[in-house]
Amino acid sequence: MKLSYYPGCSLQGTALDYDKSVREVCAALDIDLLEIPDWNCCGASSAHMTNHEIGNRLPMRNLLLNLDHRHDILVPCAACYQRLRAADIALREDPEFWDVEAYSPDFRILHISTFLAEPEIIARIQEKIIRNLDDLPIACYYGCLSLRPPKVTGARNFEMPTTLETIVEALGAAPVRWAHRTECCSGSLTMARPDIARKLVGDINTAARRGGAKAFVTDCPMCQANLESRQLDNNPDDSLPAFFATELIVAAMNGVYPQKQKKLHLVRPDVLADLFTAQEAAGEERP
Amino acid sequence: MNTEPISPESGSKKFLEKLKTMEVDVHSCYQCGRCSAGCPVSEFFDLNVMEVVRLAAYGAEERLLTSKTIWLCAACETCASRCPNDIEIAGLMDVLRELALRKGIRPAEERIAIFHDCFLGSIKHWGRAYEVGMIGAYKLRSRDFMGDMKLGLDMFKKGKLSLKPHSIQGKSEIRQIFSGKGKEYER
Repeated sequence: MKLSYYPGCSLQGTALDYDKSVREVCAALDIDLLEIPDWNCCGASSAHMTNHEIGNRLPMRNLLLNLDHRHDILVPCAACYQRLRAADIALREDPEFWDVEAYSPDFRILHISTFLAEPEIIARIQEKIIRNLDDLPIACYYGCLSLRPPKVTGARNFEMPTTLETIVEALGAAPVRWAHRTECCSGSLTMARPDIARKLVGDINTAARRGGAKAFVTDCPMCQANLESRQLDNNPDDSLPAFFATELIVAAMNGVYPQKQKKLHLVRPDVLADLFTAQEAAGEERP
Repeated sequence: MNTEPISPESGSKKFLEKLKTMEVDVHSCYQCGRCSAGCPVSEFFDLNVMEVVRLAAYGAEERLLTSKTIWLCAACETCASRCPNDIEIAGLMDVLRELALRKGIRPAEERIAIFHDCFLGSIKHWGRAYEVGMIGAYKLRSRDFMGDMKLGLDMFKKGKLSLKPHSIQGKSEIRQIFSGKGKEYER
């Protein structure tokens, strides 16, 4: 299986390890990822929030670059996913307005968790697992942009999504029942108004702990960084580590959680690392 | 107390035209309040979401463009996703921000506007976001020198902030986009 791949800027910077884990999961599932050549930033929230033209034309360039080989595009970042979908809809509706002669490709834009939670992919992931996650109680956190607005994202169940639960259950973790799975963490405001981010993340943390969670899992690189950093601002003792879904899959597939991966978290990920202590003692360098 | 009469007649017709071309149907709002109830940031707003929608229907452009709300909206799209009348409320916030910038109205939440501008400046220059450059520009312009210093250093030590920008080949295309390609035919 071949897929086009749009990593997005976060996965080259603050979420570099997310990119690595996505590639590793796909390699294990015999999925060839073909990075869209010379892709550019989708503009994220800032572009569409302040300039309609730029907010559309930035993601459109990436879609037009994919016309050459026309594979479905796998997108691990929620913000990129929403922007590419919005641009795809705008281009299909009125290509001429955007100075494109014709645009009706048959490739789809796939959000990572929706893709990984498909039954046949989940089955293949399960075949590869060598170590399950021992019912680790985990809060699946979706955030906003892979879900809303549903007419852009195509999310089937935008108020009650289940893709992350499907994935972590397949790994043998125990997703908890809690309320704030789709509440905003205000990632787009976190630098300019950290006080707002602390409040929103604080509420998310409280709800997750009330649900009995020992960790978060997410698929959004902004949410992951924002959750960990703002929880630490609030209260380091109550902070829960936030894992990427693909990070957990890699750990379960390899049966190890390497020390250097552990160090990438702002909140100590001991709760996952401890599951693998025995394996690590037996030697980290597995084939 | 503000005793200025608000009526659709006194509103900005140009503004209402703009909303029509952007397909933001503010007039179908019946003030049910679902948007305000679901908004995660509303406690920080100076106008709540249903007020923004109604004021927009009045064409009360100035009140909206000078509000904090348009800048504090996090674009989470909860309001638009839940609106029973399918009003593009988050899209309305986009229109309002862009209008405020075009009119040179000083953003009531200046740091947020600076953040957006610095982020876009980095894309304009490199084609991809360059976090370190963007953060540097933001710190200088916002004069928020101390905020998140520890976080920045922690991220750097973890190798999550690259000193080298990620530059693309097609930078000229990106510059074209930023110089207003496509806008030539707009008034």
